[in-house]
Amino acid sequence: MADITPNPDFTREVIANGGETLNLCYQCGTCTGSCLSSRMTAFKTRKAVRMAQLGMKDQVLSSKDLWYCTTCYTCYERCPRGVDIPGVLFAMRNLAVQAGHMAEGHKRTSEAIITYGHAVRPSDKNTELRKALGLVETPPTVLVHESGLMDIKRIMCKTGFDKLIGKPIDLGAGAVLK
Amino acid sequence: MTVGLFLGCIAPFRYPGIESATRQILDVLGVDYKDLEKASCCPAPGVMRSFDQKTWLALAARNLVQAQEQGLDPLTICNGCYGSLFEAAHEMDHDEEKRAEINEILKDAGGEYKGESNVRHIAEYLFRDVGVDKIAEAVKNKLDLKVAVHYGCHFLKPSKFKNIDDPERPTILDEIVEATGATSVDYADKQACCGAGGGVRAGSGSVALEMTRLKVDNAKAAGAQCIVSPCPFCHLQFDRGQKDLGEGYDMPVIHLSQLLAIALGIDNEKLGFEAHDIPVNL
Repeated sequence: MADITPNPDFTREVIANGGETLNLCYQCGTCTGSCLSSRMTAFKTRKAVRMAQLGMKDQVLSSKDLWYCTTCYTCYERCPRGVDIPGVLFAMRNLAVQAGHMAEGHKRTSEAIITYGHAVRPSDKNTELRKALGLVETPPTVLVHESGLMDIKRIMCKTGFDKLIGKPIDLGAGAVLK
Repeated sequence: MTVGLFLGCIAPFRYPGIESATRQILDVLGVDYKDLEKASCCPAPGVMRSFDQKTWLALAARNLVQAQEQGLDPLTICNGCYGSLFEAAHEMDHDEEKRAEINEILKDAGGEYKGESNVRHIAEYLFRDVGVDKIAEAVKNKLDLKVAVHYGCHFLKPSKFKNIDDPERPTILDEIVEATGATSVDYADKQACCGAGGGVRAGSGSVALEMTRLKVDNAKAAGAQCIVSPCPFCHLQFDRGQKDLGEGYDMPVIHLSQLLAIALGIDNEKLGFEAHDIPVNL
């Protein structure tokens, strides 16, 4: 294994962001043995938790493997120490995004939520099918309630999510983000 | 309390037949429901929570506030929506510091979260509040069908908070499916993920697809004629995923609401199967 320079600050950050149970892990590997991603990819749950414990910041934040967890929660169900492993992974993913590591597909999903308040873009073909099924053309969500869509944009501005994904919102103009 | 239909994103905007089937089965079964107005994306737990937990929680809490202001319990038809709303409610109800922080954000962006939400998933609602016997009595078109039931992940887990059924060997969904006359077949890795969750579909599609392949291959080996799930995102992953997998992948994918609609005698033309990539010829 490569040289490890432990970074206790990183470990503390993971713990503070939802990884409170991190240090309960005694590395039994039940998580890896229960994980479909670990069966199929280079992601190994036990190893990811160990890297968090050791504070291997650089290796964790730039790791593609970190994004192969489907958040199925099987590891959490089976962990004999009650470690909230998805919580540890969410914390590390949040820190990775803050450090600028975000897949293009993930940026697109985020932009859809900022723009429409929904994770997928409504399409004309879908609207036609809705009508044929006797449904209202546009469901009564934030798509038809403009004030609701403004709530979404305000929330994103306040948490800084818009800037996080490189799509700052100009609330002053009340403009629809393109 | 009356339930308020929380649509999410994939059902209304990709598979509207799931929405149509849900509305029709609720009517036939005599469930008093309203539309939950002004809701947004739940937001998708695997992606938004992975990117920024505070934004995830604030958006989810805003949806819970809409439900509270309308006097409705959110009724979700998707595991992702259920996971986000249920877990957000759990955090808001059990962590005062977090609740104060999120309410500060929501002050001029949706309203104050006042606490104690009762978030429902349609499968557990049908099982607990309607009952398998009532569903069986309402069946007009008894199904002679072998079904691979796919529970998905965020419906039952984390079980220590959701307390619906045993996450390793659940039966709740199998019991509902079998009330239609269909047979739920046992298959390898039945409790495994479809592959789509956690941002894996959007970020690493080929990895998601390998998990889909495993599930479909196992369902086929067990003699299943279709996959039934209570989640539009799993539904999308199995349906679009099989198209991407190509030759030999043609197992119809049906949402629980659509299966029940067929059994309750609702017109197939109102179930939106034309949106499916894999034809539903049962």
